[in-house]
Amino acid sequence: MTGPSVAAPPRAGSGLPPDRPDVPGVPSRRRSRRAGPEGRVNWWLTGLLVFLALTIAVPLYFAVVTALKTPDQLTGAGFGLPTEVRWANFADAWTLTDFPRSALNSAVVTVGAVVLTLLTNSMVAYAIARNMHRRVFKGLFFYFVSALFVPFPILMLPVAKETAILGLDNQVGLILLYTVYGLSFNVFVFVAYINSIPRELEEAATMDGASTWTTFWRVIFPLLAPMNATVGILTCLWAWNDFLLPLVIVSDPRAATLPLQQYVFQSQFSTNYPVAFASYLMAMVPLLLVYLVAQRWVISGVTRGAIK
Amino acid sequence: MTSVQPVDRPTDSAPPRRTLVAARLPRAFVWMVVPAFVLFFVFHTVPVLQGVFFSFTDSPGYGAWEAVGLANYVALLSDPRVRDAYLFTAQFAVVATILTNVVALALAVALNGKIRFKTALRGVYFIPNVLAILVVGYVFQYLFTFSLPAIGEALGSARLSSSILADPDLAWIGIVVLAVWQGTAFNIVLYLAGLQTVPPELYEAASLDGASAWRRFRSITFPMIAAFFTINMVLALKGYLQVFDHIMAMTAGGPGTATESVGVLIYKGGFQGGEYGYQLANAVVFMVVIVVLAVFQLRVLQRREVSA
Repeated sequence: MTGPSVAAPPRAGSGLPPDRPDVPGVPSRRRSRRAGPEGRVNWWLTGLLVFLALTIAVPLYFAVVTALKTPDQLTGAGFGLPTEVRWANFADAWTLTDFPRSALNSAVVTVGAVVLTLLTNSMVAYAIARNMHRRVFKGLFFYFVSALFVPFPILMLPVAKETAILGLDNQVGLILLYTVYGLSFNVFVFVAYINSIPRELEEAATMDGASTWTTFWRVIFPLLAPMNATVGILTCLWAWNDFLLPLVIVSDPRAATLPLQQYVFQSQFSTNYPVAFASYLMAMVPLLLVYLVAQRWVISGVTRGAIK
Repeated sequence: MTSVQPVDRPTDSAPPRRTLVAARLPRAFVWMVVPAFVLFFVFHTVPVLQGVFFSFTDSPGYGAWEAVGLANYVALLSDPRVRDAYLFTAQFAVVATILTNVVALALAVALNGKIRFKTALRGVYFIPNVLAILVVGYVFQYLFTFSLPAIGEALGSARLSSSILADPDLAWIGIVVLAVWQGTAFNIVLYLAGLQTVPPELYEAASLDGASAWRRFRSITFPMIAAFFTINMVLALKGYLQVFDHIMAMTAGGPGTATESVGVLIYKGGFQGGEYGYQLANAVVFMVVIVVLAVFQLRVLQRREVSA
């Protein structure tokens, strides 16, 4: 139902920042909706939303300009553009906070957690969903899901000791814990999704002599792609940005993730804010870039998790 | 029902091999869940049980300990620092939950309206959710500590010219601002998902009747997405009650202990203060509070949903 492409809307760009090109498919729906008398674009509302979006931009803008200044430019409110740009702040932050190491740690932990979560949690959910009529599996389902109500503070002190004893107070431990703690929510959403997949597909595969394993990996797992995207995105955001778990688990500073590294170095920055802000930016930018590239994908993925 | 239905209970007359294939639980399903169960038990259930156990001891987190019965729990009742932490956490969580949901709902309705740049705007409003709270918190801390006072001075306002984070009575407001700025993004996505479930015919009928925008929201939108409102309120409150990163970044619990949340207190006392057993008792109480509140909130809000 693609309506005829409409010429540029009136007053486009009247004082508004340029839009990034829309993905094809979306404008057509919007334009066809504009057909009726009530279907006009509400420019007043658009303007208000653009204005309010500045509240999102202000702290980020502030971080950028501050990261480019010299310390003696930090007077007053600090919203002005730098009079003299000091790119060396980034180089200083890079070496001071040992950025490559902590960024690599964050990347390893995040990728590891996402991969392990997708491979294992979907499998657990599949076994539970297809055996819900058995009491043990039903019990297991509620066992995992009920943990959603257990606040982390009650286990953070004991689990810190436990991981230290087991030698898991490092990146491996973090990957393992994100995967295990994610089970509660992920099993919940995966089971709901698997329930909507008709069993005939698996029965056909079984008839053809496929084992349960083969059926899962070749038939079910590919069908889970949308939910895998959702769970992968949420796990990625969590593992990359999380501060509390690395704080209580990681003992060796060489294993620190980016947020933990920022925390550790906060006291050393106190005299030099531009370098601190440069390091904040470097900690935020990787995931921000990923988000900008995969924006629509991320939002639809999170939405899918919300509806279930 | 199809004719090829797996038989659940084996009939006595059936040949043994058939029974094995059709009715017995495939081994694979067991192997799919056993490792997850073991890991979850070891890294989640065991720490929780340990936590509960040591809450009845005087363990400082290392070395010898003795069972003290309910002494920790009794001591909690008369500890002003604990009482203040609960009061601060409750005040922060309630205010932040309400503000986050009101702002997110308003923005979601606006973003769902007939606006231009819809995709781009939705993308921008989600940005705070991909940033680490701790790192953003450092930016906000600087803004509140240096920039706002500078602006206040320029405006000649005595009240604004000192940092609110240094004021024990006002510091919590800064933390609420950060929490709402960061937390609104996720709730907007949830509300937008909810708004997609409202059939557009309802609005067409209402606009034919000449209903105002506010009336349409009150009578159509809100009742239709009440379930999303319920779940958002519950999730937001649960999340904000466990507030940790925000505080570590902005005030570290200060000035004094004015902004010490329960989570921060458990962390500080348990890891740094040698109050392992005592803070575990605090954590057990905290868990009970969270579960009771979540159940209570669900029941109250769901009742309203039905009567709305």
